[in-house]
Amino acid sequence: MTIDALILSSVVAVAAGLIGCFAVMRRMALAADALSHVALPGIGVALALHVHPVFGAAAMLFFGGILVWALEDRSRLATETIIGVIFSAALAIGSVITSGDDLIEALFGGASGRPSALEAGFGLVASIAVTVFVLRRKRALVVALVSPDIARTIGIDVRRLNLLYIQMFALTVALGLRYLGVLLMGSLIIIPAATAKRVSRNLNEMLMMAALIAIAVTVTGSVLAGYLHRPTGPLIVAVAALGFFLTFLRRDPATL
Amino acid sequence: MHTARTVQDGIVLEVRCLSLRFGRVQIFKDLSFQVARGASLAVVGPNGAGKTVLFRALIGAIPVEGSLQWAPNVRIGYVPQKLDLARDVPITGADFLRAKSIARSASDAAIADALNSVGLSADTVTQSIGSLSGGQFQRLLVAFALLGSPDVLLLDEPTAGIDEPGQEQLNELVYRLQRERELTVLLISHDLSVVYRYATNVLCLSRDRVCFGPPRTILTQQLLDEIYGTPMAFHVHDH
Repeated sequence: MTIDALILSSVVAVAAGLIGCFAVMRRMALAADALSHVALPGIGVALALHVHPVFGAAAMLFFGGILVWALEDRSRLATETIIGVIFSAALAIGSVITSGDDLIEALFGGASGRPSALEAGFGLVASIAVTVFVLRRKRALVVALVSPDIARTIGIDVRRLNLLYIQMFALTVALGLRYLGVLLMGSLIIIPAATAKRVSRNLNEMLMMAALIAIAVTVTGSVLAGYLHRPTGPLIVAVAALGFFLTFLRRDPATL
Repeated sequence: MHTARTVQDGIVLEVRCLSLRFGRVQIFKDLSFQVARGASLAVVGPNGAGKTVLFRALIGAIPVEGSLQWAPNVRIGYVPQKLDLARDVPITGADFLRAKSIARSASDAAIADALNSVGLSADTVTQSIGSLSGGQFQRLLVAFALLGSPDVLLLDEPTAGIDEPGQEQLNELVYRLQRERELTVLLISHDLSVVYRYATNVLCLSRDRVCFGPPRTILTQQLLDEIYGTPMAFHVHDH
């Protein structure tokens, strides 16, 4: 992997780590997974139309985000029920319209060369947008997490905040598809944040740790991929998972 | 639901013909009452009578029919009933209190003041909110509500889960603030002796009937039996 590719994936990793913190605390780790699968039909359509797959994925994720938000907002269905339906449907439709090697690359990622100017530009701008969103709205997100009703009484538009959060989340998924693919991108959002949650004592510590861990696993995974001549995405996720399990070697911070 | 007409001077909240149904279940119907500045309204009634739902309607979390109007620019401090919180979230009490600065000033001095009022130590708020006991967390919610000098406190069973001396302390605190700052208090409580002692007016909710008035006139044994559907015993502390 080239240096600029590595820098770009580190910037993406920071966004993933930060947005993941609230996904983990809001107990929507599985929603993250489901949402990333929604990208697949978009990639299929984009490939068929000879458009860059990232645009197809981003468009589909945008609508997927609105769908998840609207269903959660309007119905009393449990989130996991919604996810169960959307996840399978997206995977089914996606695999019908995507074929062969394209499907494998969309599922597990494949790009390891130099990013095009378009990819780099989109990656940078979107990562910065996600990072700024989390850092600026972290207080509103904290109050809404503790109690949406309390949040309302201090003037937070909770529905709008939820929609924005899901859209930023979807954008982050779109960012990582190139390296990690549909099946694995959810992991770069969830695992570093879950690891950070286990070792942090307060919110700022968790945000910082999640961002650092996400960078560390991305760089380590990419370097390993180069040495082992293996695809990058699965190695990044494997390293991240290893980091998460390592935290169990120390005592739970809550019991210290 | 919020009409543009302004409420009368001296009135903080005016509710007229408020009705709410969830599907086929009518929660309450044609509810009308008003709350004067500096007064305290106690909402009593059996479980399932719609007390918490009424509070959630008052803060705009649930759409209702009828007119519901707060005085302009009123600042509400809301303490919800028991919250279901993940125990392993690394958000500290201090993180939570500081988050109030998005809406109102929440300086370190103001936070220290609010903590002092509810009897929580500065050490306690460096712990994650998930590791606090039920009573400590409840006090934290009250501290959050007090930050930024609210005009109105909406307290949904604020003393649930707090130890006996703590309950006494919290009741005293609320009524001290009420006297000192002309705070208006809306309180849901099952403790009728507290209601009798502190409330200016009582709103009784039950499936079949609603009543509103000063505690001494309306909290009669007969009415309580009727509302709760079972004979109630309560002690009036006359001080």
